[in-house]
Amino acid sequence: MQSFQDIILKLKHYWAERGCIIQEPYDIEVGAGTMCPETFLRVLGANPYRVAYVQPSRRPADGRYGDNPNRLYKHSQLQVILKPSPNDVIEQYLGSLEAIGIDLRQHDIKFEEDNWEAPTLGAWGVGWQVMLDGLEITQFTYFQQCGGIDLDLVPAELTYGLERLTAFLQVRDSVYDVEWTKGFSYGDVRYLDELQYSVYNFEMAEVATLWKLFELHETEATRLLSLYDPKAPDKKRFPLLPTYDQVLKCSNLFNTLDSRGAISVTERVGIIQRVRRLAVGVAQAWLDQQQGASAAQGAR
Amino acid sequence: MTLPFLLEIGTEEIPDWMILGALESLHLGFERAGIPHETVKLDATPRRLVLRAEGLPERQPDTEERVTGPAKSAPAQAVAGFARKQGVRPEDLSIESTPKGEYYYFVKKVKGRGTKEILAESLGGIILKTYFPKTMYWTGKGGPQFIRPIRWLVALLGDEVVPFELAGVRSGCLSSGHRRLGSPEIAVTIADYEQRLRDHYVILSAEERRDRIRAQFDGIRVKPDIALLETLVYLTEYPATISGSFDSQFLELPEEVLVTVMRHHQKYFSVEDASGKLAPRFVAVMNIDSDPQGYVRGGNERVLRARFNDARFFWETDQKKKLADRKSDLASVTFQAKLGSYLEKTERIMAVARELGGDAHAVRAAELCKCDLTTELVKEFTELQGVVGGLYARAQGEPEAVWQAVYDHYKPESMDDAIPRNHAGRIVALADKLDTLAGCFRVGLIPTGSRDPFALRRAAQGVVKIITEGKLDLSLEKYLADAALRDFLADRVRYYFKDIRGFKYDEVNACMAAGWGKLVDLEARLVRVQNLRLSPDFEPLAASFKRIKNILEQAKFTGPRAIDPGLLEPGPELDLCNEYRAIAGQPIEKVISRLRPKVDLFFDKVLVNAQDQRVRQNRLSLLGRLLQEFSTIADFSEIVTYS
Repeated sequence: MQSFQDIILKLKHYWAERGCIIQEPYDIEVGAGTMCPETFLRVLGANPYRVAYVQPSRRPADGRYGDNPNRLYKHSQLQVILKPSPNDVIEQYLGSLEAIGIDLRQHDIKFEEDNWEAPTLGAWGVGWQVMLDGLEITQFTYFQQCGGIDLDLVPAELTYGLERLTAFLQVRDSVYDVEWTKGFSYGDVRYLDELQYSVYNFEMAEVATLWKLFELHETEATRLLSLYDPKAPDKKRFPLLPTYDQVLKCSNLFNTLDSRGAISVTERVGIIQRVRRLAVGVAQAWLDQQQGASAAQGAR
Repeated sequence: MTLPFLLEIGTEEIPDWMILGALESLHLGFERAGIPHETVKLDATPRRLVLRAEGLPERQPDTEERVTGPAKSAPAQAVAGFARKQGVRPEDLSIESTPKGEYYYFVKKVKGRGTKEILAESLGGIILKTYFPKTMYWTGKGGPQFIRPIRWLVALLGDEVVPFELAGVRSGCLSSGHRRLGSPEIAVTIADYEQRLRDHYVILSAEERRDRIRAQFDGIRVKPDIALLETLVYLTEYPATISGSFDSQFLELPEEVLVTVMRHHQKYFSVEDASGKLAPRFVAVMNIDSDPQGYVRGGNERVLRARFNDARFFWETDQKKKLADRKSDLASVTFQAKLGSYLEKTERIMAVARELGGDAHAVRAAELCKCDLTTELVKEFTELQGVVGGLYARAQGEPEAVWQAVYDHYKPESMDDAIPRNHAGRIVALADKLDTLAGCFRVGLIPTGSRDPFALRRAAQGVVKIITEGKLDLSLEKYLADAALRDFLADRVRYYFKDIRGFKYDEVNACMAAGWGKLVDLEARLVRVQNLRLSPDFEPLAASFKRIKNILEQAKFTGPRAIDPGLLEPGPELDLCNEYRAIAGQPIEKVISRLRPKVDLFFDKVLVNAQDQRVRQNRLSLLGRLLQEFSTIADFSEIVTYS
């Protein structure tokens, strides 16, 4: 039987063989692998890029104190970005499933329409949810826009739900029974994360403090963005990556406040707009900075 | 000699619900290209749109083109130049006489273009003009757009490839089989195309895929579901069914929840037992030929078990807080930013329900109807809103009239859907929809074109259907103060009676002109006018009414006064007045045959525009009264007459 980490290693290896940079998870809390700069910023502009990484993705509202066999506060996504998407991208994807031992002549695979949209990122794409014997195992998206910007090259984004996929392959009804590696179950490794973060997110997080933090990060991001000067000769020095970190902090705080029940539906729209404005601001500045950099390289 | 033609657009998986529309649009594009042909056949699977045509000519017929040259009087040099340009000698030119003088001309023979050449030029455009509700770029910004990336193109005219290129894909004779059971590249000819696909596990004909699925239902009592079947027909290239089961203890959950999970989330057919009750089984359709190891069945069973466990968890959690106790939680659920929370909406629905004459059950149902929006089950299965509230209300001991009303209050969800089953449900559904309509129009959220985010058309249509089919004796007048909303609802009323109920448009216009605030009354009048129309006297009388209306309008007549009998001329005028007095207050059906000849005679013999002002006014008053007498049924001048 393949363990959780066997599957991760095999998939990373598979994509490494196909020219992907293998990245480690980004070290700031995110709700999805898409939000990492390796995706959000790299899909912008005309430079090809291929990257794969496992990203722990935090969804405070999905926490269930470790009680629900299928729902997690923090699940692991394998995020693959192929920019531009190769013509045989679906075949490559199916190959990755075969690489982890799924015989697709014996299993039912379907591509069902599922378009993706992330309002806080000003991003959307079209694609499918990939169903394996009735289980959604991957979200497959052709990005069209990111940070409100039409993309020059259309990347394919593959997001594998690793816990689900492993539970499926190991024939486990509960994710906590998944074998992480010999002698250790998923529950051994992650149960406490689920329990404690559920308690924090639902019961103990101090709403006033979270709001204060949100505003601090928002202010810092806004301040930095206002200082970016597209005409500055040394603009490549400008810390846009740290600016984006501030946006990610805002996004996670927003999710936590939401799970704490501190955001009314009316406020919600407004907060999403605030985060989106920052994300779009960073994306535009980043594109400008990159284009400046490649123009400078061309001149040399 | 004519040739067959085959076009296969090979794509990545197209959303099933867009496929038929795309085929229709592709067909239209082909017809517009104007290439003669005898028959066209269209087929599709998720990965290919196929157009096959028979009877294309090899080339267009040859034509002649007349090219006019210089005048006969022109210098020889100019004539020689013209001839050279046409590739002939000057002595080959002819001369024609025109009103402007004599000119050289030459008849050029233009060879008809080859059909292959024309197709090669036009196919790319035809393909890219195929309509899809949503399209994407895949080769990059500014590149071609289609529903999903185009990966191969087969274009054959007879034995030859029609060469063209689209999005970096060159047309050829290589198709592609089933993703895993077939080969990725298969050479085809027009003759063996369908068979070659079949050899590679692609059934091209949707009808055959449908029959194949149905045939495998054999021996299982599958609940018929045509829409789901169509979805699966266009989600698969080589369908086969599997039959799975689930633990019968899940049958304790409401059937609505189980069926929703199976149908909407898993695309499974439900199965019933011999007595028609839901059985602990399901049928799934897979896109491979068989499942000898039972992997697919086992996988689907596990997924369903997890889904049902979730549903049970939600069902049990939600029951810990009664529906009625959830009302205050609605304060934090926004209905619409400018229209406040669902708590405010609930209060308004309750008020409207009372206004509409709702009883205590209706008002109670109005109070509970939105409470399920705070339940976990509705957050998970939004399509079950209302239904879930009804189920909880029943479980929590609300009277039947109340829980059924909550359950049904989103109905009718379409023109084919039934209206709520009981009176309280109809009142609550009406109150909810009227409040939504009034609120949205008040804050300017008025549907335009295809944009109708609050589904106001459906709400308005629901209002019309519920009142009419529920035979609710109530007036909409109070809700029609806003002119835009009034027009909007009038359109829906017109649509309902004309398109759904089949009344003629002029009948609908005529009856609505006499008022439509009470729809039940409008319906009764429509039926009367429809019956009246069978009478030979009807159309002539309607024509006369139109004439009366015109006369009154031209005379700027402001309203009838008392008729002065002394001013009436004996003969047709007096007769008509006597007739009018005799029939006043009687239904038109009874008097139409008596009245018509009197009206005809009046118009035949009497001049309304008499010299004497008083006589004239008196005649106008008589006509005005006559028109008024029947105007409560319909404005008959709206009836289109052919006599």
